[in-house]
Amino acid sequence: MAEVKLHGSWPSPFNHRVIWALKLKGVEYEYIEEDLSNKSELLLKYNPVFKKIPVLVHGGKPIAESLVILEYIEETWPENPLLPKDPYERAMARFWIQYGVTKGAPIGVFYRASGEELEKAAKELREMLKILEEQGLGDKKFFGGDSINLVDISYGALAYWFAAMEEASGVKVLEPSTLPRLYSWAKNFIEVPVVKENIPDYDKMLAYVSATRKKLAKNYRP
Amino acid sequence: MAGDQVTLLDLWASPFGMRVRIALAEKGVKYEYSEQDLRNKSALLLQMNPVHKKIPVLVHNGKPVCESLIIVQYIDEVWKDKAPLLPSDPYQRAQSRFWADFVDKKIYDIGRKIWTTKGEDLEAAKKDFIDCLKLLEGELGDKPYFGGDTIGYVDVALVPFYCWFYAYETIGNFNIEAECPKLIAYCKRCLQKESVSKSLQDPQKVCDFIVMLRKNLGVD
Repeated sequence: MAEVKLHGSWPSPFNHRVIWALKLKGVEYEYIEEDLSNKSELLLKYNPVFKKIPVLVHGGKPIAESLVILEYIEETWPENPLLPKDPYERAMARFWIQYGVTKGAPIGVFYRASGEELEKAAKELREMLKILEEQGLGDKKFFGGDSINLVDISYGALAYWFAAMEEASGVKVLEPSTLPRLYSWAKNFIEVPVVKENIPDYDKMLAYVSATRKKLAKNYRP
Repeated sequence: MAGDQVTLLDLWASPFGMRVRIALAEKGVKYEYSEQDLRNKSALLLQMNPVHKKIPVLVHNGKPVCESLIIVQYIDEVWKDKAPLLPSDPYQRAQSRFWADFVDKKIYDIGRKIWTTKGEDLEAAKKDFIDCLKLLEGELGDKPYFGGDTIGYVDVALVPFYCWFYAYETIGNFNIEAECPKLIAYCKRCLQKESVSKSLQDPQKVCDFIVMLRKNLGVD
């Protein structure tokens, strides 16, 4: 069994996605914390195109981009499947994963903005999440049904990291009154053991998000 | 598969639609092509893609699949006995997904900056564009196609943009072949395949179309 290594950064929800998937599949791996302000030679060698984490290295061969890594994990360790077997259902799962990518730009704005710009981003996020809730999640407990799958994993940051962003910015988006099903989804998602045991403490996250918010706002050039 | 009803909702100039056309042609799938008017969206399009209201949409036996690369993967999985687009090895598949995703993240958006911006922004976009194409050239290496000896997922994702290059060059006033001869040679090689040549559009027609889009956007 070839060695599995994960190069990551503790606050990154993209990193956590990969950790949850590896743990759900029972894959043993070595975790390497990367200092993103001083990127290692190895990281630059493994991800020369984007120079980012996470990077999964399996038997010395690197894979970058968290969603690509998730599909790789799913195919390489087929136990406990995290995508539907039926091609149409798989296409629908991939569609909802992609929806978060295509429509997720307001999250970046929400992260650093204030005042009117922040309110506008919050409004766009509420609209985008409403569609996700009504057409993606529907009446299901998880996107994967009774248990989480890659779609749930791809939206995981909403369930814990986003709360820190809301507190740091002072604006709430994911509320039971406006997004009841997603709100419940988030509460259930956090309780899944593999997730609960593999996310940072809330206080650490809040401190990190607050500090990053200040930095992003300061460096922002429209 | 006999008895399959396949319809493609598309726009003639769309590189995303072309991806699906190439995939269907590679697999020998018979389908009905339905040209859409995006300024006056049909009830069918709104019903089949209520979330994004965009093309392409593949409708297979009444069920819609949206987002071009998701459609291409779906086609590869359903019509799996002919012309596989993704490799069988998981690591190679991951590399294919990475590069197709790279094309998605970069080529259309940077290309769009070329035909919608001016001055410094335009110069920066042209440089970015060439840098991306050079990275792709590096990844292609000595292979005839990104898929190896036959066209694959990355080829399907990338080559439709070739018929948009003339428009970028004309509007942006630069020469892509001079900077990336290997990539252009690769594109011409792809065009020798019927699935590609029948799916792409005449570059002059595309250029006229983009010039019209620019006017409508008030860029000029």
